[in-house]
Amino acid sequence: MSKKSTVPFRGTKEQEAQLRELIDKYRNVDGPLMPVLQGAQEIYGYLPIEVQKIISEELDISLEHIYGVVTFYAQFSLAPKGEYQIAVCLGTACYVKGSGGILDKIKEIIGVEVGECSPDGKFSLDATRCIGACGLAPVMTINDEVFGRLTVNEIPDILAKYVNK
Amino acid sequence: MIRNHILVCGGTGCTSSGSQKVIEALNTELANNNLQDEVKVVMTGCFGLCALGPIMIVYPEGAFYSRVAPEMIPEIVSEHIIKGRVVKKYLYTDTTDEKGIEHDSLSDTDFYKKQKRVALRNCGVINPENIDEYIAYDGYEALGKVLTEMTPAEVIQCIKDSGLRGRGGAGFPTGLKWDLASRNKSKIKYVCCNADEGDPGAFMDRSVLEGDPHAIIEAMSIAAYAVGACKGFVYIRAEYPIAVRRLQIAINQAKEYGLLGENIFGTDFSFDIEIRLGAGAFVCGEETALMTSIEGNRGEPRPRPPFPSDKGIFSIPTMNNNVETYANIPQIILKGADWFASMGTEKSKGTKVFALGGKIVNTGLVEIPMGTTLREIIEDIGGGIPNGKKFKAAQTGGPSGGCIPASLIDTPIDYDSLAAIGSMMGSGGLIVMDEDNCMVDIAKFFLEFTVDESCGKCTPCRIGTKRLLEYLEKITEGKATMQDLDDLEELCYYIKDNALCGLGQTAPNPILSTLRYFKDEYIAHVVDKKCPAGVCKSLMQYKITDACKGCTLCARKCPVGAISGAVKEKHTIDPAKCIKCGVCMAGCKFNAIIKE
Repeated sequence: MSKKSTVPFRGTKEQEAQLRELIDKYRNVDGPLMPVLQGAQEIYGYLPIEVQKIISEELDISLEHIYGVVTFYAQFSLAPKGEYQIAVCLGTACYVKGSGGILDKIKEIIGVEVGECSPDGKFSLDATRCIGACGLAPVMTINDEVFGRLTVNEIPDILAKYVNK
Repeated sequence: MIRNHILVCGGTGCTSSGSQKVIEALNTELANNNLQDEVKVVMTGCFGLCALGPIMIVYPEGAFYSRVAPEMIPEIVSEHIIKGRVVKKYLYTDTTDEKGIEHDSLSDTDFYKKQKRVALRNCGVINPENIDEYIAYDGYEALGKVLTEMTPAEVIQCIKDSGLRGRGGAGFPTGLKWDLASRNKSKIKYVCCNADEGDPGAFMDRSVLEGDPHAIIEAMSIAAYAVGACKGFVYIRAEYPIAVRRLQIAINQAKEYGLLGENIFGTDFSFDIEIRLGAGAFVCGEETALMTSIEGNRGEPRPRPPFPSDKGIFSIPTMNNNVETYANIPQIILKGADWFASMGTEKSKGTKVFALGGKIVNTGLVEIPMGTTLREIIEDIGGGIPNGKKFKAAQTGGPSGGCIPASLIDTPIDYDSLAAIGSMMGSGGLIVMDEDNCMVDIAKFFLEFTVDESCGKCTPCRIGTKRLLEYLEKITEGKATMQDLDDLEELCYYIKDNALCGLGQTAPNPILSTLRYFKDEYIAHVVDKKCPAGVCKSLMQYKITDACKGCTLCARKCPVGAISGAVKEKHTIDPAKCIKCGVCMAGCKFNAIIKE
């Protein structure tokens, strides 16, 4: 579950057309809500209340129910993510190899707490459960790139590349 | 004519280490030398040795290259492929071999010698995105045999005779589950595959789906035939994008070949499979929560009965099995129940896949016959503990499981032996810990997880686990009393007895098992206000020893001005001011600062 968004909704017409197309695809499937929410998050990057309202009207599912589902699952976000999404694995294998220290160092450098996004929209930080790359523990991802066998000392250099991008 | 096959691992571990770039470099280099028609590059599933990825095997020699980088490729192609000389310096060196003997072949290494691959048999062998390779390795033969030669009752009897038990953790006899599901007379039934691998630190199911997705499709079809189901669901974690993609490719291929759909193998049997994604909720690994989630609700469990075999997904009777359980099915049908039952122990038949992680040399995926001891897994297969540290405990079963202390390292790994010592088989996560890990901290780690992931439906779990965590925080901060330890234990048993679902009932296990085997460590935190492993920050003190030269570096670096002392004289740290950030210790050039 994530914090309520304070960013104004900036959805485009094209995004809404994509969303409606997605809803049509799942309209007659049993249990359409989860795949629709997953698809909607891919389109918008998050699930603001405006998007939930469209889904509610189109699928005839109450907004309370949709909000309940969105806030239940860790992957659904009510707030937009940063340009660079940093995710530090806190699964057991990574934890016993010191991913807690990695997370602290990142927080210190970018000044963002877990679940937050930096004011300039550049970085957001998440602590994830196992991404399944336990052989490379401790692991973090920045967008789709995976960094494995990390040490705390490497973190400033890795982040510096993104700060200056 | 193909003269060499080069297998490159495309599992999540090796992909993260850059195996796609290795494949690109190989294809480029082979094309440069005009060898693209003689050498075939195959992307496979997981070999198991994730720590040494990216992994590459060149056949016919079976040369096993580890930590392959794109820069090595030109040399490997020119030496090995063109001149036929294995590039020894890039080969995997057996980590437990003191003489540094290099192994050319995979099966010779200590890591593989004691393993027995049944569920993982095709992982790292075939290209998971090519149905023809699966078929070439006897794929879909079991389905053909079942549909054309066996009755559903015979299939169920075969699974019963094999002694296969659920690999998701609880170990319910699979044949019995199928039997119960087949007795429901409903015209419409579903089968379901639970691929919501929630234990943080486990990736067995992911590797099977990534490396051998057709095995799951075949097994689900067999199960559907046996219990009379017409449709299958696979509920899989969205965090596993490669597995989701490969499974979808496999489903499409099976449909194209007529192995899914109407009238399979020209019989009356029709079956189709649909993938549903999870969205990051641990509790959805519980079967009733999983089904509720597929229906489009908050993934909260419900009381049983009614059991899913009577009322499952969309209220249709549903039989649910775990990925690894399914992966065993085609083999059992083809090779017979007796073959399967010949492996393992009296009550735990067959093999079990473990994800070996934590403080161990060979992190990765291993499959062992049931009854193998923990010592064999850790010392022989796992290559022991790195950096000369001592083995302290192994944790199985994740947030529902427990710790096995060093004194019980000779425990055979099977359902009943593990349960007897207060741990559990679990889904197969096996995390190794050394002397630098604090057991109270580990219990706290798991409780943080449970508190986070509790769905909130029942009070014992929602509020109880939070209270457990508060006790543990008190202990790690040195504020607890011996009475707190007793209260903690009592609350554990209360939650075990009263929580609604399996996850709540097992949430106290990490505490109970560490209390059982590491009580002195708890007492050290409570009475002596010390953390023996030096992990719990609040209980540590930084001290300056006589090695101090008085260089004043630490005093200048300390962010809170807690260090004082004259130049060229020994400095001291004021514990009242110290925030334990460790900057002084990291910066000291004379190793004169210690923590204790």
